[in-house]
Amino acid sequence: MDARKAMTVRYAMVIDTRTCIGCGDCVVACKTENKVPAGLNRDWVVELTEGTYPNLRTEFRSERCNHCSHATCVYMCPTGASHHWRDTNIVLVDPAKCTGCKACIAACPYDARLIMHPQGYIDKCTFCHHRVAKGLDPACVATCPTRCMHFGVLDDPDSRVSRLLRTRKWKTLQPETGNEPNVYYLL
Amino acid sequence: MKRRDFLKLSATFGAGGALPLGLISGCAEHPLPGSGRVTRTPTVCDMCFWKCAGWVVQEDGEPWKVVGHAGDLHSGGRLCTRGTGGIGAYLDPDRLRRPLVRVEDHGRQRFKEVSWEEALDTVAHGLKRVAERHGADRVALFSHGAGGHHFKHLLRAFGSGSFAAPSYAQCRGPREVGFQLTFGEGVGSPDRTDMAHSRCIVLIGSHIGENLHNGQVQTLTEALYREVTLITVDPRFSVVASKSRYWLPIKPGTDLALLLAWMHVLIDEELYDRDYIQRYATGFEPLAEHVRQFPPEWAYLETGIAPQTIRETAREMARAAPATLVHPGRHTTWWGDDTQRARAIAILNALLGSWGRKGGLYLQERVDLPKYPYPPYPKPKSTFKAAHRGRFPLAEAGVSNALVEASIGRDAHYKAWVVYGTNLPVTIPGVRPLLKAAIDSLDFVVVIDTMPAEITGYADVVLPECTYLERYDELRNAPERRPSLALRMPAFAPRHETKPGWWIAREIGLRLGLDRYFPWKDYAEVLDWQLRKVGSSLEEMQRIGLKHFPRQTPLYLAEGEDYPFATPSGKIELYSRTLAQAGFDPMPRYTPPPERPAGYYHLNYGRMPAHTFSRTTNNPLLFQLAPENVLWVNPITAEQWGLRTGQRVRLKNQDGVVSLPIRVRVTERIRPDSVFMAHGFGHRSPRLRLTFQVGVDDSALMTHVPLDPIMGATAMRANFVTFVKADA
Repeated sequence: MDARKAMTVRYAMVIDTRTCIGCGDCVVACKTENKVPAGLNRDWVVELTEGTYPNLRTEFRSERCNHCSHATCVYMCPTGASHHWRDTNIVLVDPAKCTGCKACIAACPYDARLIMHPQGYIDKCTFCHHRVAKGLDPACVATCPTRCMHFGVLDDPDSRVSRLLRTRKWKTLQPETGNEPNVYYLL
Repeated sequence: MKRRDFLKLSATFGAGGALPLGLISGCAEHPLPGSGRVTRTPTVCDMCFWKCAGWVVQEDGEPWKVVGHAGDLHSGGRLCTRGTGGIGAYLDPDRLRRPLVRVEDHGRQRFKEVSWEEALDTVAHGLKRVAERHGADRVALFSHGAGGHHFKHLLRAFGSGSFAAPSYAQCRGPREVGFQLTFGEGVGSPDRTDMAHSRCIVLIGSHIGENLHNGQVQTLTEALYREVTLITVDPRFSVVASKSRYWLPIKPGTDLALLLAWMHVLIDEELYDRDYIQRYATGFEPLAEHVRQFPPEWAYLETGIAPQTIRETAREMARAAPATLVHPGRHTTWWGDDTQRARAIAILNALLGSWGRKGGLYLQERVDLPKYPYPPYPKPKSTFKAAHRGRFPLAEAGVSNALVEASIGRDAHYKAWVVYGTNLPVTIPGVRPLLKAAIDSLDFVVVIDTMPAEITGYADVVLPECTYLERYDELRNAPERRPSLALRMPAFAPRHETKPGWWIAREIGLRLGLDRYFPWKDYAEVLDWQLRKVGSSLEEMQRIGLKHFPRQTPLYLAEGEDYPFATPSGKIELYSRTLAQAGFDPMPRYTPPPERPAGYYHLNYGRMPAHTFSRTTNNPLLFQLAPENVLWVNPITAEQWGLRTGQRVRLKNQDGVVSLPIRVRVTERIRPDSVFMAHGFGHRSPRLRLTFQVGVDDSALMTHVPLDPIMGATAMRANFVTFVKADA
């Protein structure tokens, strides 16, 4: 089945690597907002340096679950705990259905799932769907001091994320997997 | 995505629309965040001293998060990494809990937990004894942070005039003096940088982004979005260097040579703002004469920056002027000639006409808030100047290390210390041996802190303060683009037996017979009195947290305006008579840095965005993000020494001081002649259980500390280290 046919709304996160400073505010904001247990993170920051001193280029990226349109984790989950929220691409785990078998961890090309919430289920980024439902940005996006993170509906051509993707160069991580990730990095 | 956008979108895409939360809430065992009863209390962040206004949010009475206050200029409505981690300060299990008094037990000293009554009586007794025997002026206060205000008030009332803060001689002091000498006013905090409107920004060793002063980061980013010409001078490929159009990887310690060459180009090519200089400045002729000696070709030999690059960047600055900001920096105590370097930066800004101009340095204004009517303070018999012994003639505040020195020996000037929120051993470079001698000499030491920082181990009495989330403090009334007041109030009741600073200061004051300086019972009364004088009230501020007031004066100079500068001449002083009269160079002169001994490397240090100095490394939220500092080593150096990423080495400085082990990070982002680490690690207090002996304390490796003869700043960049590989 083509997942996108059932998908009425695709949410995307667009992160500007030109202004990301790798400060980790997104990580702390996520931890407090979502009451993530000590030692676990749903998002993280990657630094990439290329070149030889003094001819250098550095890229900072805030990474998390890509909330893929073709989410291998959802397909691989034997209990239906991993699912797309409503008619969107937001991938959630239902703690009540999760047995902690870790099939989703093996299936995720981004290593985006947490091993293991102390309450016995696999935890991950939710795109803060509890905030999205109230019309708010995810906590990381709302906190980012450089405003390098953007969130919105990809299918709406007038949304900020769509406009940014139309006007700037971008990439996604490991598009070759066919997962159709929905976190975009502006270059 | 703003709420309004969202509603519009939800009309288009039904399924993604705003659903009532009840419909999506998780099952009973896993409720979604925010589905309970949510309440909020205003605060002013104290995780660093940028003082962002925010809200402390609780869910069902439990601490949840701290978020920025929309409309606040300090924060742009968004807190930084540390501010967002503020709840960690409240939850930290290692917090000081009860007052402690040093006792002798079978020949061994230890701390005993005592009642507040007993602790406060001991403090009052200790201070009174010093006052009776030597005079109240022999008590020195070291303080950092908002609560220090209460103790300054206490000690002023008591008769002391010796106050020192690391924010002066270890940080912004040279910059403030350098700018005052030139423009008659300092830069102030928040810095009066108009970066949001700059077309060209020049950063001299300032690593904004790693140093996370919120408003600085946000206005610099705004400039980046507008394609500002960013010129960063830094031996290290800092984060902001990676965002810059020009990165000038300068040889450490040679910035002043570059600044002089830039002045040379601006004047030689007649690129400076002639009208502005004619109208507002004095001393242009001697300056032009002075910098004629310093062409880019001369600077190249010192700095390693190609003459063509120096010329090109100078022209870029002139092209964007007056919307060009040569950033004054913040931590500016580097090499011992720091006031002169700050002067050079100030003069460069003057040549570009950027003081008082849009995109340069704006004119600040704060709320005209009346002071609470206390009786006048007694005139102290001596002030911090006694500790300076005729040195540092232009210092406007106590130099911490001079005060420490003046506390050593039987005949020392100071006999007692009050230390508020200042972890002296890590804050002042190379101070540990002096500190130990001082503590042995002093009659009495009281430390007020929230955490068992190393300094508490030197105290006779330790008084546990509650965190900023549990107390009132002074209203925030910072000079800004737009005047505003912000309220910090308790979001939670103080944990354990901790107390707010104002309460501690008042209780000590009452015991010292200073009742008339504490006519109120609760600091809330002072705040309400002040707020009512400006048409607000405590009740209103508890609701709104932040209030803006209309500006009374212009933000920028008007075209052709006659503007009197607060200097002796009333003009911008390119040539400083004040400096000449005090026996210093009236115009900045370059001194080459000390040569690097063979096999040694410049010890370069800085900030990391997750932490504020050494104050936050034990914060359980921030510790998870950044548990330790690592040592940056260039691959060439790493190969010579056989170092690889992840390996632990010790460092030995030029005076033989050896550090704890630190993890190596091999990276191209550092010059082969330097190493780099973030400041604030290597704690020696075992009661900081997370951060104890994790990483390395850079300041312990700073034993060569030249002092700026003008105002006493402690130079922190003049040290070299080598590797000690035998791991332990």
